[in-house]
Amino acid sequence: MADKAVPVVEKSLADVKLKELPRWLAGRDLTPNGLVRGVTGGYDWYYKKYINVKKGGIGGISMFLFGYVVISYVWSFDHIKHDRWRKYH
Amino acid sequence: MLSRLVFLSANSLRSSGLIGAGLVQASRSLQTSSQRLAPVPPLPEHGGKVRHGLIPEELFEFLYPKTGVTGPYMLGTGLIVYLLSKELYVINHETIYAICIGTIIVYGVKKYGATVAAFIDSINEEKVAKAQVAKDSHISFLTEAIENEKKEQWRVEGRGMLFDAKRNNVAMLLETNYRERQHMVTNEVKRRLDYQIALQHLNRRLQQEHMINWVEKNVISSITPQQEKESIAKCIADLKVLAKTTQAKAAA
Repeated sequence: MADKAVPVVEKSLADVKLKELPRWLAGRDLTPNGLVRGVTGGYDWYYKKYINVKKGGIGGISMFLFGYVVISYVWSFDHIKHDRWRKYH
Repeated sequence: MLSRLVFLSANSLRSSGLIGAGLVQASRSLQTSSQRLAPVPPLPEHGGKVRHGLIPEELFEFLYPKTGVTGPYMLGTGLIVYLLSKELYVINHETIYAICIGTIIVYGVKKYGATVAAFIDSINEEKVAKAQVAKDSHISFLTEAIENEKKEQWRVEGRGMLFDAKRNNVAMLLETNYRERQHMVTNEVKRRLDYQIALQHLNRRLQQEHMINWVEKNVISSITPQQEKESIAKCIADLKVLAKTTQAKAAA
């Protein structure tokens, strides 16, 4: 399967298996500088893949907006909880 | 399409502003792990594929081996049913807003997406064409400069011949000058010698004439009137004799 043994921590997130996720997460650079680099790395990956192209489509920003909508729903769930139709699910 | 607008504005934001500079620097530090490519690789033509505008294609490919084509759709349906039944997603007034706005957005994108995309593409292409024109003019200018340089180098080779010709000219000038001066020298010397000769001739002639005049004058003055009469008579007598002899010769 693997042609050469690479330590789990150095694999990119797409290649990490689900079992190895906690170990991968623990082994990454968690200093503030490392966190900032991680966030900017993620931003750059998304930018390069979906936005920085010659003929981009709607997917690039629609996914971003959808993610924004989901995150704002999650953050306001405690408030929305009170609009539920049934008490027991 | 709209992402292309974002791209335009994001590019300008990146190049200006503090956050942009920080982002560029951060991305540059991430790039130093691999080698930098000298001619910058061109942008990818299309972005990552997204299905229905929301779900990246990678999910479908990830689930295809195990569940076939319908797998992700079943997953989506199951997720939605779960969220609704557990009321993790609550249906309230905002749901109505979301449905209305979603419909409008989807209708707008489907109807006008292509034209907006073409318009933004034309703007981008103008920019690229301008940059290309600048690059081409610069390249042609530089190739011309190279050719001119080569021509100058070729011309330098001819300089040796030019200097030889000039050296010849100078030598000829010196030669002509030298010969002119020689002519002048000979002419001057001859003139001076001629002058001396003329002077001597003149002296001789003057002396001769003066002597002749002086002798004549003395002789004439020495002839007394008496001697003059005698000589004239003698001459007449001689003439008579002569006349007689010639007459006799003529008659004989």
